[in-house]
Amino acid sequence: MISTDGSPNYGVVPSPDTEAYPDDVLTSLRADAAEVIARYPQARSALLPLLHLVQSVDGFVSPRGIELCADLLGLTAAEVSGVATFYSQYKRHPNGTYTIGVCTNTLCAIMGGDEIWDFVSAHLGIGHDETTADGLVTLERIECNAACDYAPVVMANWEFFDNQTPQSTGQLVDDLRSGTPVTPTRGASKVCSFKEVSRVLAGFHDGLADEGVGAGPASLVGLKVARAQSATKTRAAKAAPGADTAPTAGTLFEAPKGTGKAKKK
Amino acid sequence: MSTKLTPILTKFWDDPQSWTLATYEKHDGYKALKNALTMPQADLVQLAKDSGLRGRGGAGFPTGMKWGFLPAPDGGPRYLVVNADESEPGTCKDIPLMMAAPQLLIEGMVVTSFAIGCNHAFIYVRGEVVHVYRRLLRAVEEAYAAGYLGKNILGSGFDLDITVHAGAGAYICGEETALLDSLEGRRGQPRLKPPFPAVAGLYARPTVVNNVESIASIAPILLNGAKWFAEMGTERSSGFGIFSLSGHVARPGQYEAPLGITLRELLEMAGGMRDPSKKLKFWTPGGSSTPMFTDQHLDVPLDFESVAAAGSMLGTRALQIFDETVSVVRAVSRWTDFYAHESCGKCTPCREGTFWLKQIMARLELGQGTQDDIDKLLDICDNILFRAFCPLGDGATSCITSAVQYFRTEFEAGMHTPAATLFPPAASTLFAKETVSA
Repeated sequence: MISTDGSPNYGVVPSPDTEAYPDDVLTSLRADAAEVIARYPQARSALLPLLHLVQSVDGFVSPRGIELCADLLGLTAAEVSGVATFYSQYKRHPNGTYTIGVCTNTLCAIMGGDEIWDFVSAHLGIGHDETTADGLVTLERIECNAACDYAPVVMANWEFFDNQTPQSTGQLVDDLRSGTPVTPTRGASKVCSFKEVSRVLAGFHDGLADEGVGAGPASLVGLKVARAQSATKTRAAKAAPGADTAPTAGTLFEAPKGTGKAKKK
Repeated sequence: MSTKLTPILTKFWDDPQSWTLATYEKHDGYKALKNALTMPQADLVQLAKDSGLRGRGGAGFPTGMKWGFLPAPDGGPRYLVVNADESEPGTCKDIPLMMAAPQLLIEGMVVTSFAIGCNHAFIYVRGEVVHVYRRLLRAVEEAYAAGYLGKNILGSGFDLDITVHAGAGAYICGEETALLDSLEGRRGQPRLKPPFPAVAGLYARPTVVNNVESIASIAPILLNGAKWFAEMGTERSSGFGIFSLSGHVARPGQYEAPLGITLRELLEMAGGMRDPSKKLKFWTPGGSSTPMFTDQHLDVPLDFESVAAAGSMLGTRALQIFDETVSVVRAVSRWTDFYAHESCGKCTPCREGTFWLKQIMARLELGQGTQDDIDKLLDICDNILFRAFCPLGDGATSCITSAVQYFRTEFEAGMHTPAATLFPPAASTLFAKETVSA
């Protein structure tokens, strides 16, 4: 990023937010942090979740959050900062309420991610890692999010929106900005705020695990084919008694070797 | 098509609330654990070895052998860390597995921990999939409540705690030693090996790092026997695996099959190419870090040995399928952006090499390449491959060298014609048909 006055920018945008945490906020942050630290044999392992926790309060990795983590873990602020700047989910300036991540890695890009990106970026008038003036939407180009069978994929605060088009993602950002409820394709029943999601990522449940589907349609295509194959095989076996039928003992799973010869079609 | 699919891990993904403990118990859940807790630990390690299970995270290292590398117990802690940082472009099997059936992973972790003498195990899941993280937290909570985790599990005297840890966005953390550094609260940069994690891993203690699918396969193996597993697949690539088809196929998705199945068979099951009038052009057998294949390779058995013999790697069985509408230069250029973005910066060949590869690929994509660019690409790749600190750098070269090998003329065209002119991107999109017919 190039700063507006042309001076070199060393990577951290200076934040105006240098006030200390109010006492009540600090007390609850320290209590939460103690819980996080207790999960690990060594305290420093808590640093990544603690940075998520900082984001759940400040909406980004703030200078005061860095100081707090350093204090909690016996590190220097530089050490904490060095870790925070390594990971793309840690924001160096205040994030919007919703992060919209358009996958533009090769497969999604080719399946339409590039078109989605162009459309939404123009629609919102912002580019990568920029936030709309109303502070609601931060737009990001993201890397592969492990949902290639649902390409092109868009993430809203790290919830899946599968098989997107420019229009559907345009609608998604419009709905988020107008406060219209939206439902992820595979996820909770709603899109939580960036701060709420950051708190979950720090390891604090929000009780939404039982919402949403177990698997989307693409996750189940192989299972459907397998059941059809198995039905065909059973019919073939009935037609020819003595043919190899039985799954091996104690299992509901099919033993494929040797059974592949059962007549099909 | 003679190979049959083997839904084992995917078997009950369509159950309503497939992720709950109740559903899992209905499908033989935690039966394997009950058996395991009565067995000598060494027998469990031997069982994993006998099954022939090889790591499902890409490298294919024998899982049982990895467990066997731990030094003899010295009274100090030993750790199991599950690598759930699935980020290899094209790879999309562990995330749906943990979303639909997280208890499979938890049971496998308890069995594995018991086998290796670990009392505190970790799941390192990437932070960019919040609902999967929720499901894992809930699965662990349910397992504690049922007595499958915690103190004195099922009265065996064995104790185990599991911590689910969210990453924060860094592909490199899928490399096992970078993952360990990250889990220790550091920048995720790979460590020098040796010492291997088995000797000095998490907190410099003996540690096993296994992929999600590997660990999830443990309970079914235990329940059905090593022989059952070893009889599937091929002689040296035994068992089943989830094959993830994506891109220009009619029905992209997850197909669980014995190793050794071919793309031709899988494509037939997946309904063929999305547009039957467009030919298959290139595909990756195991993610973007594995050299690409073309339509000449439709009958290569997808097992570790056969894919290697054909010049690539089985990797994560992430089959990204591209038809003839796609510019290979554009595809490779975008993958190269990815490697440059994700290079951790620790070693010079990868950090500087990916930076330059990206510049050259960008100008070739724009039709502004120079006459020397192809040679320069190959020369840079030659300077990265086997010289980088970890496999990320090697992976960055795979798509380039293989693409030049199979599609050199397209790279030559990059000296004068933009990829978007030769292959209009709109034709490749999922919504192409709607646009065209409208």
